[in-house]
Amino acid sequence: MSSTDFKQDSGRSASRPPTTGDIIADRVFRGGAYAAGALVVLLLIYILWEIGFRAMPAIERYGFGFLTSAVWDPGQEKFGVLAEIWGTLYSSVLALVIAAFFGVGVAIFLTQDFLDARLAQVFRTVIEMLAAIPSVVYGLWGIYVVIPALRPVAGFLNETFGWFPMFSSSFSGPSMAPAVIVLAIMVLPTVAAISQDAFSLIPYKTKEAAFGMGTTRWEAITKVMIPTATSGIFASLVLGFGRALGETMALAMLIGNSNQISWSLFSPANTLASLLASQFPEASGIETQALMYAAIVLLVISLAVNVVGTLIMAMSSKQKVG
Amino acid sequence: MSVLDIARPATDYVAPQKTVAAAAIDARISEIHYGKFLAVRDTNIAIEKNKITGFIGPSGCGKSTVLRSLNRMNDLIPSFRLEGQVQFLGQDIYARNIDPVVVRRHIGMVFQQPNPFSMSIFENVAFGLRLNRYKGDYKQRVEYALRRAGLWDEVKDKLKENGLALSGGQQQRLCIARAIATEPTVLLMDEPCSALDPIATRIIEELMLDLKKDYTVAIVTHNMQQAMRVADTTAFFSVDISRGGRTGFLCEAGDTEQIFHDPKQDLTKRYISGEFS
Amino acid sequence: MVAVMTELPGTPDLRHSLGDRRALRNTVLTVLLWVVAVGAAVPLVSVLYMLITRGGARLGTALFTQLPPAGLEMGGGFGNAVVGTLVIVALATLISVPFGILGGVFLGFVAPESKLADATRFIAKVLTGFPSILAGVFVYASLVLWMGTYSALAGGVALAVLMLPTIMLTSEQSIRMVPQRMKDAAFGMGCTETQAMLRVVLPTATPGILTGVMLAVAGAAGNSAPLLFTALFSNYWISSLGEPTASLAILIYNFSGMPFPNQIELAWAASLVLVLIVLAFNVLSRLISARRV
Repeated sequence: MSSTDFKQDSGRSASRPPTTGDIIADRVFRGGAYAAGALVVLLLIYILWEIGFRAMPAIERYGFGFLTSAVWDPGQEKFGVLAEIWGTLYSSVLALVIAAFFGVGVAIFLTQDFLDARLAQVFRTVIEMLAAIPSVVYGLWGIYVVIPALRPVAGFLNETFGWFPMFSSSFSGPSMAPAVIVLAIMVLPTVAAISQDAFSLIPYKTKEAAFGMGTTRWEAITKVMIPTATSGIFASLVLGFGRALGETMALAMLIGNSNQISWSLFSPANTLASLLASQFPEASGIETQALMYAAIVLLVISLAVNVVGTLIMAMSSKQKVG
Repeated sequence: MSVLDIARPATDYVAPQKTVAAAAIDARISEIHYGKFLAVRDTNIAIEKNKITGFIGPSGCGKSTVLRSLNRMNDLIPSFRLEGQVQFLGQDIYARNIDPVVVRRHIGMVFQQPNPFSMSIFENVAFGLRLNRYKGDYKQRVEYALRRAGLWDEVKDKLKENGLALSGGQQQRLCIARAIATEPTVLLMDEPCSALDPIATRIIEELMLDLKKDYTVAIVTHNMQQAMRVADTTAFFSVDISRGGRTGFLCEAGDTEQIFHDPKQDLTKRYISGEFS
Repeated sequence: MVAVMTELPGTPDLRHSLGDRRALRNTVLTVLLWVVAVGAAVPLVSVLYMLITRGGARLGTALFTQLPPAGLEMGGGFGNAVVGTLVIVALATLISVPFGILGGVFLGFVAPESKLADATRFIAKVLTGFPSILAGVFVYASLVLWMGTYSALAGGVALAVLMLPTIMLTSEQSIRMVPQRMKDAAFGMGCTETQAMLRVVLPTATPGILTGVMLAVAGAAGNSAPLLFTALFSNYWISSLGEPTASLAILIYNFSGMPFPNQIELAWAASLVLVLIVLAFNVLSRLISARRV
């Protein structure tokens, strides 16, 4: 409490010290704000602890072998996630390659004056809407549009280029290929948005300097703009990769949920997230614990990727300032 | 119509007993630091009641820093540290038991950039009253403050409009009305005209001359003519670069007449004559 | 008017030359870029086309008043899933908004430079890329096992975990965008920190905060993975927050794999409704942010 009292103050003045209520409200509010800030930190710790605690029996029982075995057999209580780790990484990398090509292309298209401002805004909205479509809807669309459309293409590729590992099996419907295509569409808005930021952060004078040297528009883009935006583009890819790793529903609907490791795009496969989605509701006992272990594997992979991505973003924005 | 004719609204409070003309604020600042940087040294200055005290000096001389430490606005900068005393009506506002929030309620401030809140003109002026849980007639008090700020005729029909919709000069007068609505004892003005055009500046200068009958005003300005026009007392600050950084200090203070026509210090003389700025 | 070039000896040729390799490469790349950009928009057009033709065909009031059909049954609807989705999302909003805004206040105003703020900001950013199914696993382990049942409440908590970081970070941004001089004015009037926050900063930042909340709500409404084993599903109307609850997303997931045309039609119709709900919140957030000063 304050003992401030300005006695000689003009009697007309409305100035009054804050009431006790005001001061208590201030303390409570500030305390609440600190608590809410701390909550996020505690939440992450609690998430790690809770899942880790539930997974402990499976971790003790299966140990490191869980990561190197590709068997998932609740009947015999044998569990391993090698096939899922492979499927998660393989699908995410392929999806990222496609999303990078289209996403960075879109970012260049939208930031380097290929469209007038109003049309660019419309197109930007279209790309952002891709992110607004729920994952299950993409899954449904994948089943009834992408898979039928792929069937003839896949058949042709398998017959003609069957020697190439990626086309080495016949098309099974739900498989890696439709999963990767849908995953790429879902990651594209992330890559496009963050790359756009990277391009728009480049000061106009940089582009002016390039044109001043007598470059064509594309020389300016490829020799000056893209190199300048590299760290931002890279960050967009890392964050897009993180998003791809955790994507669940569409993949669970499209990838075939089969425990096998294959290069072929036309074979069914599985990912960590879709393993959780498809097995968890019916699991019990040791299988639940094994699924918790699988969740930890996913958590560790995606946290690592996201931490790296966030750090790169922070570093690249510091570069811009300094 | 002159702003001087405005009748004061009745008030619930007992009329003040005028004390003998004395200093409202008596600052004895030996040092002000921002972290390791020494921003101001050796500044002893009294802000006399019902007078306008002008702070002048070259840029970076610490005049704004000193002004902002008179109502503890500088406390918002974490690395700020003041050595010395600032007496307000006989109390050291930097004493440990003093709440800076209360200090600011008694010593109002008008800033360099007009800074109305994003709310209606009426609510901007009533803000301080609500803050202090004033129990009287808000309309009367808001109208009075707006009249004193010379803004009433321009805004009386649009009190519900957003304060940010006004022109720059009007916004600054709105901020003055906001500051005086609670009738603080002292009004600090930090280059209040620097963002304004000459006409708006003139209006605000006239306003200051009118306000000093009831308030004590301290104003920072880098316009010497302005100090000559409005200030009763002038304080000239200068910069000392002998200690590494740019450290400001009070070079000379006195009657405005004396400072501008018979400065005692050589530095003051040279600054007044326009040798440096 | 015809420009006549009078070539002096030694004058460089400044004219356009279409056959030049630089110009050719320019044209090829530009055409390629247009193809890429249009290609990126094709999926959206296809999805919307399917939603309107397949889902729109079934649109009618029955969808919203009837319960999901079993096996070979004809007709039916998904009224319970619409209600369930709205209830779960409302719960998630109620839980995440107060903490999210308060956290944003902490990051943007109360102690923006503190060590705790750095940690919170970093973790919040990392959590925005957190696989949503893990929120489901977490709530299953902590809440579902503890309550002994799947419930709307558990679904709401799982979605709240995903919404919290988004709301927190967008609130921080909008609070920071309130001009410093407005904050100075508030303190200059003698506001306590809380009074400056509640009377000046928050009202000014409200449109931005609402934009963030709407975006988080839109994201949560379409998110189904965490509901799989928190809210689960139900074929009946919701009667309490403590029991398994239907949602549109899970209904689509369940029906998409069924061999019955009626259920597949319903899955399309449910997708249309879900997309409309999500887009409604997206549009709302755009409208709010467009009105910002």
